[in-house]
Amino acid sequence: MSNKDFKQWFIENFQTFEKSLNGEKTESFHEIRKDALSKFSSLNIPTVKDEEWKYTNISPVIKHNFNIVPPKTDMAPEIIGKFLFDKLEHHLLVFVNGEFRKDLSRLNELPKDIEVGSLAVAIKNNHPALLKHFGKYAEDSNNLFTALNSAFTKDGAFILVPKGKIVEDPIHIIFLNIAGEEKFITQPRNLFIAEANSQVTIIEHYGSDKDGIYFNNSVTEIFVGENAVVDHIKLQEESLKSFHIGRMEVDQERNSAFSSHLISTGAEFSRNEFTTRFNGQGGESMLNGLFMIKDEQFFDAHTMIDHAMPNCNSHEHYKGILQDKARGVFNGKVMVRPDAQKTNAFQENNSILLSDDAVMNSKPQLEIFADDVKCSHGATVGKLDEEAKFYLKSRGIGEESATAMLIHAFASDVIKTIKIEPLREYLEEIITKRFNQ
Amino acid sequence: MLLEIKNLHARIDGNEILKGIDLQVNAGEVHAIMGPNGSGKSTLASVLAGREEYEVTQGEIWYNGKNLLELSPEDRAREGLFLAFQYPIEIPGVSNTNLLKTAVNEIRKYRGEEELDAMEFLELLKEKSKLVELDHKFLSRSVNEGFSGGEKKRNEIFQMAVLNPKLAILDETDSGLDIDALRIVANGVNKLRSKDNAIIVVTHYQRLLNYIVPDFVHVLYNGRIVKSGGKELALELEEKGYDWIKNDKSEVTV
Repeated sequence: MSNKDFKQWFIENFQTFEKSLNGEKTESFHEIRKDALSKFSSLNIPTVKDEEWKYTNISPVIKHNFNIVPPKTDMAPEIIGKFLFDKLEHHLLVFVNGEFRKDLSRLNELPKDIEVGSLAVAIKNNHPALLKHFGKYAEDSNNLFTALNSAFTKDGAFILVPKGKIVEDPIHIIFLNIAGEEKFITQPRNLFIAEANSQVTIIEHYGSDKDGIYFNNSVTEIFVGENAVVDHIKLQEESLKSFHIGRMEVDQERNSAFSSHLISTGAEFSRNEFTTRFNGQGGESMLNGLFMIKDEQFFDAHTMIDHAMPNCNSHEHYKGILQDKARGVFNGKVMVRPDAQKTNAFQENNSILLSDDAVMNSKPQLEIFADDVKCSHGATVGKLDEEAKFYLKSRGIGEESATAMLIHAFASDVIKTIKIEPLREYLEEIITKRFNQ
Repeated sequence: MLLEIKNLHARIDGNEILKGIDLQVNAGEVHAIMGPNGSGKSTLASVLAGREEYEVTQGEIWYNGKNLLELSPEDRAREGLFLAFQYPIEIPGVSNTNLLKTAVNEIRKYRGEEELDAMEFLELLKEKSKLVELDHKFLSRSVNEGFSGGEKKRNEIFQMAVLNPKLAILDETDSGLDIDALRIVANGVNKLRSKDNAIIVVTHYQRLLNYIVPDFVHVLYNGRIVKSGGKELALELEEKGYDWIKNDKSEVTV
């Protein structure tokens, strides 16, 4: 059976998707979907000739026809335990194969007015916040995969923290995909709104149980209101046969502080597009990332920090550890627009290749149109420091432990900026499992 | 005999640096190896520690009954050999405590001993850090990161104290130290001297040997030991410089 064209497949299956909505088809919201579908059909599939896809060949993803409606799965609830962090008080939202699972989720006592739950419910209730925020930051018009996500939006996490409210415990959202024989697509759509003077920490955690084939095409929109503080962590530990295209768009209002950590052990193919935009003065933004890939995995981090307003600070540090024949891409743009005087922007990308066959393409970009700014960027690609390794060995530490220690050390500048200790421990454990056998 | 070096030749990048070294060290002894810059002192220290860039082309090294050249750098350390580096490297992200804990436990495992638990290990660190007057705060800091020259050297001796080697090689541990730091380092080393271990002090200057008094002094020149004697040889070198050794040597060869 030959596969259908990637776009054609989705367009033809839109009706199947509509049927699966079972009356959740709120009229006004469905117009958004239909509009996105028409954008999807008019946009081209990106190729390596597009500057934004120069090092990223999409063909491994688009050669598949993924089932639009994921299979129901009867998974053992214990599987969730593998993705929890020890000793962390948190609110838990669980999605399995794209569907919100109230039975597996647990919301501890939340202050009144704070909404944490499923986007499907918000859509059903015609939640006014959707009108104001949905699709406003991650636009469909220039992004094929966002348009695809919007057209097929069914569920995802919805968080609304009203003015002045503080959510003390982190909100941990687990997106678990369990693929068997049939390959399918899930398209989580997340909307996180932190109104003025509010504070929240959100962990978006993508995992899978088996090594099945699926495609996760996620879109996350985050609004950080005036003087609000949002810490976001995206953790990706997925099937090595899966595909992941994730987009996160962040809108930062005046004096807001946002931090992002992307920690990933990748998929077969993954691309993460993160953009944060300063929409007011006095904003602070941190985009940090750490990825560890092996075998023939491909990982692309594509970021953009948009200094549209003056007096904002951004700090970006991405690190990669590549083994075997893995291939990594870092494409980080810092845009300083003409009005953005007194901008402070720091960007750095460091990668370590643990094999001669691993490849890293790093493309840091600074585009500065203002004259009174302080910006720096840099990139390094190299091997583990042999001198440091010899030093450790000369103290009686063996090859394997020495390598693992240096990898932990390399990763530490990214991990130490995460504020949640149990999460840092969880990440150290991932590194230990990978490099200390 | 703890260490026996026989006719050792070694080269790096095709250049022969060591051209036939013979040296015997017994437990309980302190040997000083002196010599002008470029004579091969640091090469000898590096070859003993197992630096891979150096190729041994001839000769043997026997250490505690074992063929040292067949041991990996980590196994040499586990067998009780320790090199205090001339230029200790900075390792951001690895704390001193973590390095020592891993090292101590890997060494104990190699020797078939129980690993130390957290409390025993902390006790050990506390006790040994006093030897070199190292502040406790150093322990949680990254290895040598942002340390002054003197602090780095003290840290080397501190590691030596914790690992308690049979044979310690101090590679120009005195260079760049002011007199106070030199005294602290030397005092630390002296407290570690015993009848069971040996120390090789590699140095350019006699000054350190006022504090760490050697049993034997060897002069290395052009890849060979050209003169050996007691501690008074160091004083003679201090007074006359190295030129007379060079001249002496040329007289012999002519």
